[in-house]
Amino acid sequence: MTTKEEKEKKKEKEEKKTYVNKKGLRLDGRTIDQLREIKIMAGVLPRANGSAYIEWGQNKILASVHGPREAIPRHTANPYKAIVRFDYRMATFSVPERKNPKPGRRDIEISKVCGEALEKAIFLEQYPNTAIDVWVEVLDSNAGSRVASLTAAAVAVADAGIPMRDLISSVAVGRIDGTIVLDLNKDEEDAPDAVDMPLGILPNTKEIVLLQMDGLMKKEEFDKAFELGIQGCMQVYQKQIEALKKKYSLEENIVKGEQNE
Amino acid sequence: MWELHSDKILNLIKEGKRIDGRALNDYRKVSIQRNAFQNAEGSARVLLGETDVIVGVKFSIGEPYPDMQDEGTILVGAELLPLASPTFESGPPDEVSIELARVVDRGIRESKAIDFKKLCIKEGEHVFMVFIDLYAINYDGNLFDACSLGALASLLDAKIPKQEDGKIIKGEYDGKLKLSRKPLLSTFAKIGTTMVLDPSLAEEKAMTSRFSIATTEDDMISALQKGEKGSLTAQDVSDSIETAIIKTKELRKLL
Repeated sequence: MTTKEEKEKKKEKEEKKTYVNKKGLRLDGRTIDQLREIKIMAGVLPRANGSAYIEWGQNKILASVHGPREAIPRHTANPYKAIVRFDYRMATFSVPERKNPKPGRRDIEISKVCGEALEKAIFLEQYPNTAIDVWVEVLDSNAGSRVASLTAAAVAVADAGIPMRDLISSVAVGRIDGTIVLDLNKDEEDAPDAVDMPLGILPNTKEIVLLQMDGLMKKEEFDKAFELGIQGCMQVYQKQIEALKKKYSLEENIVKGEQNE
Repeated sequence: MWELHSDKILNLIKEGKRIDGRALNDYRKVSIQRNAFQNAEGSARVLLGETDVIVGVKFSIGEPYPDMQDEGTILVGAELLPLASPTFESGPPDEVSIELARVVDRGIRESKAIDFKKLCIKEGEHVFMVFIDLYAINYDGNLFDACSLGALASLLDAKIPKQEDGKIIKGEYDGKLKLSRKPLLSTFAKIGTTMVLDPSLAEEKAMTSRFSIATTEDDMISALQKGEKGSLTAQDVSDSIETAIIKTKELRKLL
């Protein structure tokens, strides 16, 4: 068989992929409004002021918070409030083809929008002239790494004991094969008509602090996706609370204390 | 000085007024000069109030991406020239310029206006890469919409260079680039609790959030981007999208 025929066959096969089957189940067996499995741990890095580790499906991400500390270089400091410096980085081995460790345009954009989102959640005015550094390292990725990063970063800021208006809970929604679904994985993101919409909110006021979208959809579809996204964010919020409670719960700490003795 | 302006803008907005007398959902005066530069395959200069941008399209031939052997691509870059504003510095693109370029890129790319397969010259070997470069000449707010309008105007006029064996023949052209849709960005600023369309520089200094929406003439949304440090409500988002769909129809008439 010539390569061309092979390619056409492969293409046909891809076209036949059913992203959502008749039972309403997706390629990985989830329902359309089901998140991938999420595990969050707070306080995982001993040298950071606050930190979190998140496993979101196959995404594995570390987030750390240093500060509030003196903003250097000094001209970057704001005499009225703290500045937030968010750095989203991907490890070279976190994607199928080795990534150049130098931050690309995508990384810089993600750092910008996630940093701006975090600023809304933190009482920055309590720390004039300082910087709060949030470093995120994606160790493994499979779609949705920016929302997982922001979710983990919010937990890390809380873990650092920095006063916050609220956490930030974040999730991506989208459309695959004409169906609006929650939390797309990589296979789904590559669907021919895929739409990807990362969303981040302050869960208690439902204020939107992160919203991006690429894809092509109607206003009605957007409304539906948006509603599903808010629901998803609230589920993520529960996981964040659990993670923080677990770190600071009395029982856990007593057990730890006994072991140390 | 901007703080004084901001207070005034904020107070006016509470009464539903804007500092330059515009309605909340009005664009400033728009003028578009097309095919402004002879060396570019397509170009345009857009004035949005006093905001002045130039967009140039150049074609070059390159190798396709490994995962898209039969597709060409577009590449959008933004140059915030120091001559456009005392706050712009020379040097490599910073995060502001990268965000601008990427949002303009997404609006066009995701609308599927350009068939990337038609930019393929020889599968696996040569494809056209369409460079869309955005130059800010004077910055008076809302570079997003000015650049998106300039990019669309340039693409509509863009001529495809003739090529032979993967080499461009200078000065000869082989028809025009075809666009199946006309995506345009609409950008809103949230000032106080009000969303205003097409913020001027003074209004941008007073805004807490920025929200850009790319829409097409068939009422589809092709990109969204929330920016800056404030938040939006669900109502803000929904209302802005509906306004964007209506207002970009007026802009498209100018093309």
